[in-house]
Amino acid sequence: MENALSSPLQMSAAPVRHARRSKRNRSVIPGFGLTMGLTLAWLSLIVLIPLSTVFIRSAGMGWADFLAAGFSPRAVAAYTVSFGTAFAAALVNAVFGLLTAWVIVRYDFPGKRVVNALIDLPFALPTAVAGIALTAIYAGNGWVGQFFEPLGIQLAYTPVGITLALIFIGLPFIVRSVEPVLEDMSAEVEEAALSLGANPWQIFSRVILPAILPSLLTGFALAFARGVGEYGSVIFIAGNMPFKSEIAPLLIITQLEQYDYAGATAIATVMLVASFAVLLLINLIQAWSRRRMNG
Amino acid sequence: MITLQGITKRYGHYAALDNVSLEVRDGEFLALLGPSGSGKTTLLRIIAGLAFPDEGSVQFNGEDVTHLKVADRKVGFVFQHYALFKHMTVADNVGFGLSVRKRGQRPAKAQIKARADELLDLVQLGGLGERYPAQLSGGQRQRVALARALAVEPQLLLLDEPFGALDAKVRKTLRRWLRDLHKRMGLTSIFVTHDQEEALELADRVVVMDHGVIEQIGTPEQVYMEPATPFVSDFVGETNRLPGGVHVRPHDLEIIGGTCEPDGHELIVDNIFRKGGVWRVEGIFSDNSVVELDVDASLKPPSPGDSIRVRPRRSKTFTSTGAKSHEQA
Repeated sequence: MENALSSPLQMSAAPVRHARRSKRNRSVIPGFGLTMGLTLAWLSLIVLIPLSTVFIRSAGMGWADFLAAGFSPRAVAAYTVSFGTAFAAALVNAVFGLLTAWVIVRYDFPGKRVVNALIDLPFALPTAVAGIALTAIYAGNGWVGQFFEPLGIQLAYTPVGITLALIFIGLPFIVRSVEPVLEDMSAEVEEAALSLGANPWQIFSRVILPAILPSLLTGFALAFARGVGEYGSVIFIAGNMPFKSEIAPLLIITQLEQYDYAGATAIATVMLVASFAVLLLINLIQAWSRRRMNG
Repeated sequence: MITLQGITKRYGHYAALDNVSLEVRDGEFLALLGPSGSGKTTLLRIIAGLAFPDEGSVQFNGEDVTHLKVADRKVGFVFQHYALFKHMTVADNVGFGLSVRKRGQRPAKAQIKARADELLDLVQLGGLGERYPAQLSGGQRQRVALARALAVEPQLLLLDEPFGALDAKVRKTLRRWLRDLHKRMGLTSIFVTHDQEEALELADRVVVMDHGVIEQIGTPEQVYMEPATPFVSDFVGETNRLPGGVHVRPHDLEIIGGTCEPDGHELIVDNIFRKGGVWRVEGIFSDNSVVELDVDASLKPPSPGDSIRVRPRRSKTFTSTGAKSHEQA
C-alpha cells in the first residue's frame, strides 16, 4: 500500500527528468553550448574565413589561369625547395631532437636547466635575427662556412642553408613533443627488455622507438609545417635565386609586390592544399599507431 | 642454490642494505617481507642483476655472478606495474625474450609463436594472444608479464610486489594460482611484498627485513609464532604491546571473570565490531594505549564503556637480553 501511495509522486517527477535527459546526452561539465559556439565562431574568424578567401580568390581566376600561375616552372621549383628542405630539416630534427629529449629526460648533468632553456630559444627569437646569425656563421667567410668553402661546399645561399635555418627553427617542436612521452615511459619497461636478454639496440628499436613513435610523428608534423611556412629566417640565408633557392612563401611575396594577386593566391592555394594533405597523412598514421597502443 | 654474502648497498650515506647474507634453496618459494624502505626491493634487484652491491657477493650454484648483467643470469623478473610492451600484441610480448636471441640461437618465427601460445595457455590466457595489453585487465596483464618472464626458461623467478597493483579479490585468486604454478614448474622463486598475509600464505620461508638488515628468516609458522625481534612480532600479524616488553596477539588474550583475579590487565572497552568469525574488542589500557582482543563470536561481547580484565594465554617478552615465550597452562 505504501508503494501505491508513493508511486504517483515518482511517476509525475520521472517523465520530466527523462524528457530533459533524452534531449541530448547530458554532460556533468556545464557550458558546452556556449564554449563550443564561441570556439567555432573564433576558429571561423581567425582561421577558416581568411583561408577560404584564398580559395575564393583563386576560384575566380579560371582553371587554365590557375594552373599557369600555380604550376609555373618557377612555382614548382619553389615548392620543391620549400617542401624538400622542410622535410629534410624535420627528418634531421627527428633524430637529433629525439637524442636531445633523451638526454634531458634520462640524465642529470650540471647546466641541465640552461640546456632546457636553450631549446626553447628558437621559439622566442625573432626569426630574422636567427636568419642573420645563421648566415653570418655559415657564409663562405663565416665561422663554420670557412671550413666548407675550401672543399667546394657552399652552405649559405643554397638549399643546404635553408635546411640549416629550418633545423634551427624546428628543433623545439620535436624535443617538446617527445619529452613528456619519454618521461612517462618507466625505466621498468627497459629493465624488462634487458632482463629478457635484449641488447641496447634491440631495446631502442623494438621497445622505445615504437612507444614514442606517435609523439615523434607529432613533433615531425609540427616541425615540418613550421618549416614549410617559415619565411623570416630563410630569406637571409637562402640567397633567393629562382629555380635554386627560392622558397614558395618568398615567391608569393614577390608576386604580391608585382601586384599579381591572382598568381600569389594560386601559389598560396597549392601550398595550402599540399600542407593540409601532408598534415592529414601524418595525423592518420599517428592515430593508427596510437590506437594500437591504447586499445 | 643462491648464496648472498655480506651484501651492502649505499645511496650516499644511507645504507639501503647493510651486510645482508642469505641462502635460497632450490625449488623454494621465498618471500622478502618488510615495510617500504626496508631494502627488500634493492635486494631482489641485486639478485636479478638490475642493481649491483657495493660490497659482498652473489653466487648461483657456487658460481660468482656478482658482476654479471641481468641478461646473463637466466632470471625471470616480474615487475609490480607489469612493464608490458604496450605496442606489441600479447603473444609478441611473451615471445620477446626468444625473438631477441642471437641469430644462431633464435627459434624460427613459427616456433616462437607456438611457444608463446603454449605459455599463454599455461597462464590461462589462451586465445588472447592477438590482443594488446591495453585491452586486458590488471590481473590478466600480470599473467602476461609472468608468461613473458617464463618464456626464456629462467632458473630463477623474481617477482617485485607482483600483486601490489591489483584489487583484493583478483590478488587472492592470483596468489593461489601462482603458488600452484611454482610447484608445478619446479621453479625457485623469490617475491617481494609488504603484505604479511601474502608472505605467510605463499612462501615456504619468509625473510623479514627492516632498515636494510634481515630481522628473521623462517617458515611462516616460525615467523608468526616465534618472532625473533619486537619488529617481527609487530610487523607480522597483529600485536598488542603491554608493559614490560610483553607482546600478545589479539587472539591470545582472554577475558577473565571477576575483578579479584590477581593477574591480568584492566581495560575500558571502547569499540566492538565483528571481524570475520570473532568479535574484535578495542579496549583502552591504563596508559591510554589501545589493546585489541578477539572474543569468540558465540559469546556475548562486552559493551562499550564496560570495564574488563584480560589475561594473555600466550605471550612473548622481549628484553634487552633476548626473547622469551610464555604459555598459560
